[in-house]
Amino acid sequence: MNSYLNIDHISITFPTDNGPLEVLKSVKLNVEQGEFISLIGHSGCGKSTVLNIVAGLLRATEGGVILEEKEVTEPGPDRAVVFQHHSLMPWLSVYDNVRLAVDQVFKRTKSKQERDEWTRHNLELVHMSHALERKPDEISGGMKQRVGIARALAMEPKVLLMDEPFGALDSLTRTHMQDSLMEIQARLNNTVIMITHDVDEAVLLSDRIVMMSNGPSATVGDILNVDLPRPRDRLALAEDPAFNHYRAEVVKFLHERHTKPGATATKKSSEQNDEADQGADQSRPGLKLASG
Amino acid sequence: MSSTALSVKTFNMPRKDRLLEHLSSDRFGRGFSRFVTGLMIPAVALIVFLGLWDAGARNVETSLGVLPGPAKVWEQTVSLYDEHRQEREKEDAFYQRLQKRLDKAIAAGKPQEKIENIKNRQYTGRATFFDQILTSLWTVMIGFVIASAVAIPIGIVCGMSATLYQAVNPLIQIFKPVSPLAWLPLVTMVVSALYVSEDPLFAKSFLNSAITVTLCCLWPTIINTTVGVSGVDKDLLNVSRVLRLNWLTKTVKIVLPSSVPMIFTGLRLSLGIGWMVLIAAEMLAQNPGLGKFVWDEFQNGSSNSLARIMVAVLVIGFIGFLLDRGMLMLQRWVSWDKSAVLR
Repeated sequence: MNSYLNIDHISITFPTDNGPLEVLKSVKLNVEQGEFISLIGHSGCGKSTVLNIVAGLLRATEGGVILEEKEVTEPGPDRAVVFQHHSLMPWLSVYDNVRLAVDQVFKRTKSKQERDEWTRHNLELVHMSHALERKPDEISGGMKQRVGIARALAMEPKVLLMDEPFGALDSLTRTHMQDSLMEIQARLNNTVIMITHDVDEAVLLSDRIVMMSNGPSATVGDILNVDLPRPRDRLALAEDPAFNHYRAEVVKFLHERHTKPGATATKKSSEQNDEADQGADQSRPGLKLASG
Repeated sequence: MSSTALSVKTFNMPRKDRLLEHLSSDRFGRGFSRFVTGLMIPAVALIVFLGLWDAGARNVETSLGVLPGPAKVWEQTVSLYDEHRQEREKEDAFYQRLQKRLDKAIAAGKPQEKIENIKNRQYTGRATFFDQILTSLWTVMIGFVIASAVAIPIGIVCGMSATLYQAVNPLIQIFKPVSPLAWLPLVTMVVSALYVSEDPLFAKSFLNSAITVTLCCLWPTIINTTVGVSGVDKDLLNVSRVLRLNWLTKTVKIVLPSSVPMIFTGLRLSLGIGWMVLIAAEMLAQNPGLGKFVWDEFQNGSSNSLARIMVAVLVIGFIGFLLDRGMLMLQRWVSWDKSAVLR
């Protein structure tokens, strides 16, 4: 219970026209400081909902999130979010977009000059120093996402939350971005929770991969420890049997879930996860009644 | 580039060569097509319109004579301008005379009271057509500015709070379709009751017109601002929540810039309505302005009246068009998105 970030049995139910819909059921996850966690699962399984609850943008119906022994009740810059669609203000330049966040977070603690330096430093970190005065419409998708990451990093968050940050990028840009992210992660040792659809991305970047069962009433299906030495090199890993083993595990989980929704996960699953799964299975008939 | 059949070299005739090349080049073709679409087509349409007007008007016999055609209208435009100049000359002459009397009075050592009396004399000539244009423009601008200053904040607040929107929406929906002329008697009575002053800063007639314009300008701006503000990208609002921006920063940095296009749509609709409303209000209430000019000419009933009314109609239309273009330019200047196509 003394983990850095403690997602404690959160459930969330949304009211719909066909009665209440339980999207998450008893999701439980402990994250240590400096850990890189990926959330993977089929679309619509509630990955983003988990992230939004941790961010404080949504409130869980049951359970709660505890960060450094404090309960999360509202959004805040200590849990910076990188959104899938960059969400930069199109009317502000690259610099001003990051500066807005810096000004807000370090209003009292940093002088004007320090804030300017800090803004430039974070843009330097994502290799965007050459385009400070450009508007988001004038730079590529990958660059926008870099700025989004710089803005999140500039808040010095305790946890960095990334919602499919590279989902909208072409594969070549995506590999560049993954490498940049690994490099930044190695330097800053951030705690990161990232949502992804991409199995390779999850294995390459993560310390642990959290595989979510299908919704409704989605929960943690299985957790895979990725025990690969860092720094990781994508070319060397492509031939690595361990890497391919992890990859296969994730694919297998996703595939089984897809063909047999609600089936119990791979044999490796721990006791807690079994419990959670049973809970999910039990709730299903009731839900069918509600929606049918 | 210019490898069409036209550009065959002629023998020792460089100028002709150049001409042929010019005629066959793409640049000429594009320039020509731009000339056709940009100037030729509207010009032809205008000539056709004038022709139809002229032919049609000849056949309409009214109690004030034949409906005037374009030539008669142009003649009256010139005459209105001449009248305006004559009136100005009279005014100048009046003030010159006044100055002379003043100098004489001072030289003769007349008492201060009398000098003041001379100084305060005002020229009281008839308002010309151009004076009426300026009065109308000034009135519509004041009414519009007041309406915008009220409507934009209301729209922003309604767009940000669903509860407030639900509270205000029925009122908006009921007041929006009310004709300006229905407001006018109420406004007149309220202004005469409340605006009691020995030395009024504004004439009551001016206030009546301006407030009527305001009442009609409010609604499109409120509605469009509300729609614009409630349509702000969810992700951007989430960013502001994560950053814990306060209400003011959020409004200034996120909400306002992203709803500028919709706000301007509302403002342009409002100004268009306000201009139309003003003319009607001036006609009905006999308040100074273009509407009064039209009504006076109608009552006057001289052989020139119909042509003069037509001049006024065209001027009203042209000013309405210029006001809209002006708003468009303002929007271009204010908007962050310089690449947006604005119409």
